[in-house]
Amino acid sequence: MTAPLHVSRRSLVGGGLALMVGVPFRRAALAQGITPPAVKPGLPGSLKQAPRIDAWIQIGSDGSVTVLTGKAELGQGLKTAILQVAAEELSLAPAALRLVTADSDLTPNEGYTAGSHSMQDSATAIRHAAAGARALLIAAAGRRWGIDPAGIACAGGLVTAPDGRRLTLADLVEAVEPGAEATGQVPLRDPAAHTVVGRSLPRVDIPGKVAGGAAYLQDIRAPRMVHARIVRPPRYGARLVALDTASVAGGPGVIGIHRDGDFLAVLAGREYDAVRAMRALEKAARWEGGTPLPDPRTLFESLEGYPAERTVIHQTGQGAPAGAGRSVSARYRRHYQMHGSIGPSCALAEFDGTRLTVWSHAQGMFPLRKAIAELLSLPEEKVRCIHAEGSGCYGHNGADDAAGDAALLAVAMPGRPVRVQYTREQEHLWEPYGGAMIADARAVLGADGRIADWDYAVRSPTHLTRPGGAGQLLSARLLAKPFTEPPPKALPQPEGGGDRNAIPLYDLPRARIAHDFVKAMPLRVSALRSLGAFVNVFAIESFIDELAETAGTDPVAFRLAHLSDSRGRAVIAAAAERFGWGKPVGRGRGVGFAFARYKNLAGFAAIAVEVAVAPEDGTVRLVRAVAAVDVGEIVNPHGVRDQIEGGVIQAMSWSLYESVAFDPEGLRSRDWSTYPIARFPDVPDSLDVVLLDRPGQPFLGAGEVAQGPTAGALGNAIRSATGVRLRDLPLRPGPTGGAASL
Amino acid sequence: MTGSIALSVNGRRHMVEAAPETPLLYVLRDDLGLNGAKFGCGLGQCGACTVVVDGRAVLSCLLPVAALEGRAITTVEGLGTPERPGLLQQAFIAENAAQCGYCIAGMVMRAHALLDRNPDPTEAEIRAAMAGNLCRCGTHRRILAAIRRAASSRKGDRAGTPPPATGAGQGQGQGQGHGAAGATAGRVRS
Repeated sequence: MTAPLHVSRRSLVGGGLALMVGVPFRRAALAQGITPPAVKPGLPGSLKQAPRIDAWIQIGSDGSVTVLTGKAELGQGLKTAILQVAAEELSLAPAALRLVTADSDLTPNEGYTAGSHSMQDSATAIRHAAAGARALLIAAAGRRWGIDPAGIACAGGLVTAPDGRRLTLADLVEAVEPGAEATGQVPLRDPAAHTVVGRSLPRVDIPGKVAGGAAYLQDIRAPRMVHARIVRPPRYGARLVALDTASVAGGPGVIGIHRDGDFLAVLAGREYDAVRAMRALEKAARWEGGTPLPDPRTLFESLEGYPAERTVIHQTGQGAPAGAGRSVSARYRRHYQMHGSIGPSCALAEFDGTRLTVWSHAQGMFPLRKAIAELLSLPEEKVRCIHAEGSGCYGHNGADDAAGDAALLAVAMPGRPVRVQYTREQEHLWEPYGGAMIADARAVLGADGRIADWDYAVRSPTHLTRPGGAGQLLSARLLAKPFTEPPPKALPQPEGGGDRNAIPLYDLPRARIAHDFVKAMPLRVSALRSLGAFVNVFAIESFIDELAETAGTDPVAFRLAHLSDSRGRAVIAAAAERFGWGKPVGRGRGVGFAFARYKNLAGFAAIAVEVAVAPEDGTVRLVRAVAAVDVGEIVNPHGVRDQIEGGVIQAMSWSLYESVAFDPEGLRSRDWSTYPIARFPDVPDSLDVVLLDRPGQPFLGAGEVAQGPTAGALGNAIRSATGVRLRDLPLRPGPTGGAASL
Repeated sequence: MTGSIALSVNGRRHMVEAAPETPLLYVLRDDLGLNGAKFGCGLGQCGACTVVVDGRAVLSCLLPVAALEGRAITTVEGLGTPERPGLLQQAFIAENAAQCGYCIAGMVMRAHALLDRNPDPTEAEIRAAMAGNLCRCGTHRRILAAIRRAASSRKGDRAGTPPPATGAGQGQGQGQGHGAAGATAGRVRS
């Protein structure tokens, strides 16, 4: 047998940090918890939570520079963009920098890597911290030389006096003012002089990913590592009533069977032995009972029947009477949809008898630490959570649950790293889905062809059941002494959850918008990329087209007539121009347009699409798409382009193909054959991304701007191609071109 | 029962101790320490585990290792390293053809088998060949571009002309000027 290649875990953790002297920042100064409280509310980005410069930028005694971020690489290109921002302000090559991402022992607590906040929060903090670090180095050199710092330059790892004297960063480390905080007032480099920001630096992580480098959590092979596989109940709420372990415990390679209430796992030294033992254990377990699911045929009637808390989130012009005109109303709905990560969740945990270390691809290492500490009754400082890349998650998938499972098993086997790998079926059946939703829109169209009144209500379950507490970890709820899932909460405006983007950005003289928050969760739900914005933008942008049609106005002109926001107008104009809006298309073809500003406070996107609908079976194909986006200052143009391309294609898949199948007995979408997603032949022939760069403007984030507009544009294009207005996601025209009942 | 199995992986011979029905994927990852092939479904539905055996793309999560004695297995590690990527890998790097990248090693191997069989595939042939491999990030169009780039590089090689430089089109600021705010400063065509 050949020797297994053991990848040193230290190579992933970054053992070199121990050499770092410089100015170690006090972690106690950093906020702990799910939503770190702001200690310096006036500072830019996450400096509010962690104002010390050395929380973000550390200079080693050897002059090496390390950048720290509390955010994680999820495949969105975060590492590359963060390095570019830091390198620009430090006047160093990106390759000269080391980067540490989310690690509860090392990095600032920036909560979750979610909501398109990484650039806004972390890159902004790092930009100012790096400028602050450069100023500290220059000040230290000025003191050393006894000269005015104003003439001192810092570039390429050298600090240079006007007379040519030079010091290296290593020379200056000890002289740097310890514990200095960022002020946010140090001048940033002039965008016109940028040499790194604004350039399409190739992604730093791709070479490893295409050539078998140790790029993922799954690639960590720790010495004495144990492989664990979980056996889940056959449906929500089923109880384990009998278990014959004898036949399994004696199986090849089996180290142990772990049972705690309804949490059941098997451990083996070799992975395939664990897989075989899991299959045997599934047969050896007898489960009873369980919680019935709604009848899928009456899903939306069920959703309407659940009690809801109404919040009116926006109201304007109510003092004046509604103008006279034509009243139009429509109802839009979205079925449950899943994240569908290509790699089922995985986690690794090791307990040394005192301290637990967990490697996870979840989105929030600090919230995960809090949840695991509560799960195991350990103080938080005895738990370290380290982010290691996994398969793309697109929100709250099974990653946190897998980390919780690995933690439970690791404390049961001190001294042995335990690796948990979910099966495809476990990921599909147990991940929290994007919830089913209903949006009701009503408007009055005045005689002048303008919207005179707007009334909108969106009914939704929560979009956030992420850990923060142990009760949000799946297995914690299965233990003999179970943790209880806390009651779901609505995410408040202005970002919102189910009501994210429920308020149109259009100019409406009179409007009333309500969020009906449903606490019932017959299917497990949580954050799926863009949350309720996907549904609300689909509904609003479909409805805007319905109104434009009623008014007899071109949909793009109708949008522009109701939008005074100049950046919004710019993306609409750019998309329409690049697409060639208004040109006729062939038979069986249709075009559609949609626009939104994500959360009404982040990135702008306008999308135009052309679809072909097959008359014989109603199959829709997205043929061509143009997206114009404004995400503030662009750090990496190709990175933004890739996020938009990915967003369009993923949202196309959600919009045309995806809904979670279930019946009262349980979930039926257990693999890729029962939950089909887009494949290569389905992706558009052409997909143009127009980037409207805004140098000097705040970063707005690109990861979630395209989803809602893609759905809206597709619905509008199907209407244009077939004459049928589809209001349910996924969009499935029937063979006659009529809307099929779902 | 466990037995000794002789495998040829990336041109090297290995003796592995494994039960004969063990899927090749576990042997590659756990016994040979190769990171490329990924566990995605274990059902032959997603292609994340794709490797090449005797020139054909196969799903290593389903193939029993005992069936592979004496056959030439190629994984993504056999095409190059992160430091010295092979031509196809260079094309994926140049096109940014990965987001999370979890599916990518499988994509590279599927494309490798395609280009060996059909050095100059049409767009439709590429899409059809890749249809069994799933990507969830929506990187499909980058992947297609990478395969086209690799195909034309190979053609260039055969014609005795140098292939396009790695990273062409990724250069500093190409097409990405910083015009006045409000103008279409950058234009990216896919």
